[in-house]
Amino acid sequence: MIVPALNEEGAIGLVVESIRACLPGTPVLVIDDCSADNTITVARKAGAEVLALPHHLGLGGCVQAGYKLAYELGFEYVIRVDGDGQHDAYDIPRILEKLKTSGCEMVIGARFADWNGTRTSLLRRMGIAFFRMVLRPILGKPVHDPTSGFVGVNRRALDLFSRSFPLEYPEIEALVVLQRKRFRFEEVPCKMRPRQAGRSSINAFKSLYYIVHVLLGVFINVLRFEGRRRVPPPES
Amino acid sequence: MDHLLNVTTALSILLMVIVLVSVRRAHIRPEYSVTWLIASAVMLVLSRMPSALEALRRLSGLPDTPLTLFLLGAGAFLIMVFRFSVILSHLRDDNIALAQRVAILEFQIKSGNKS
Repeated sequence: MIVPALNEEGAIGLVVESIRACLPGTPVLVIDDCSADNTITVARKAGAEVLALPHHLGLGGCVQAGYKLAYELGFEYVIRVDGDGQHDAYDIPRILEKLKTSGCEMVIGARFADWNGTRTSLLRRMGIAFFRMVLRPILGKPVHDPTSGFVGVNRRALDLFSRSFPLEYPEIEALVVLQRKRFRFEEVPCKMRPRQAGRSSINAFKSLYYIVHVLLGVFINVLRFEGRRRVPPPES
Repeated sequence: MDHLLNVTTALSILLMVIVLVSVRRAHIRPEYSVTWLIASAVMLVLSRMPSALEALRRLSGLPDTPLTLFLLGAGAFLIMVFRFSVILSHLRDDNIALAQRVAILEFQIKSGNKS
């Protein structure tokens, strides 16, 4: 389990404890993106190992550090849970099961795959609907919740993401990175709760920047598709 | 026109001096000062050789010489900003990879000490 966290001292303890209660014996790694509060102390006290970044890298750099370490330690499956407590630890076994049985490289815990009592803001719902529309032709199949940070990956995706992972707002771009390699993903309906403490890093002003940034990232990744490169004709 | 060329001459010389002093004081690495020095040298030459500037104006088909000088300066500035954006992007990527490696090594050292 990897849990990226930035200034989450109010929620990280509960997140780690709920994971450990749900999956006893599973290693929990909190990646601290140079928090200014006591995130590291609280996470360690709750029983997690902590990968402390020397300075702030942003969400993508933070998650990728966890993927790199997990890959080097030889893990077959890694599940990422956000450090703000929005994800229900009791959904983790279903994501892991889907990873193992489907053979796909990534499983997304999706808030829209089944309603399940999940609520989210209108702005976020509009953003998700927009990116679902953009991603549909690129991925060749619908994705219900492309912005979800509740994600499980197997070793093949771990290898890929250790080498190439979007640094800012990584969830949507990561799907396109995955598609570049013709890797597959599945979705599992999950409950999402309101964040347990702290505030989201994405505010109204950042939303426009987010859309432009992610669209550009998606576009650049589409240009890098290996299948679309011109292959020179074989010499006769 | 003469006044404008005198001003650009003074600015070019000022830029050259600032860059050279900055290199001497190690505020800029020599490899990053070259672009600035070339740009200021070109501006200086064009300011002191109106015939060359006039030839450039005719070549580019622009209506007047000050506009040619302005566009040349803006073009050089844009190229330099782009070059530095490329350098910054590489530095950021290297910096992130380095920070991740430091954190992973520190984690592994601490884990080794515990076991």
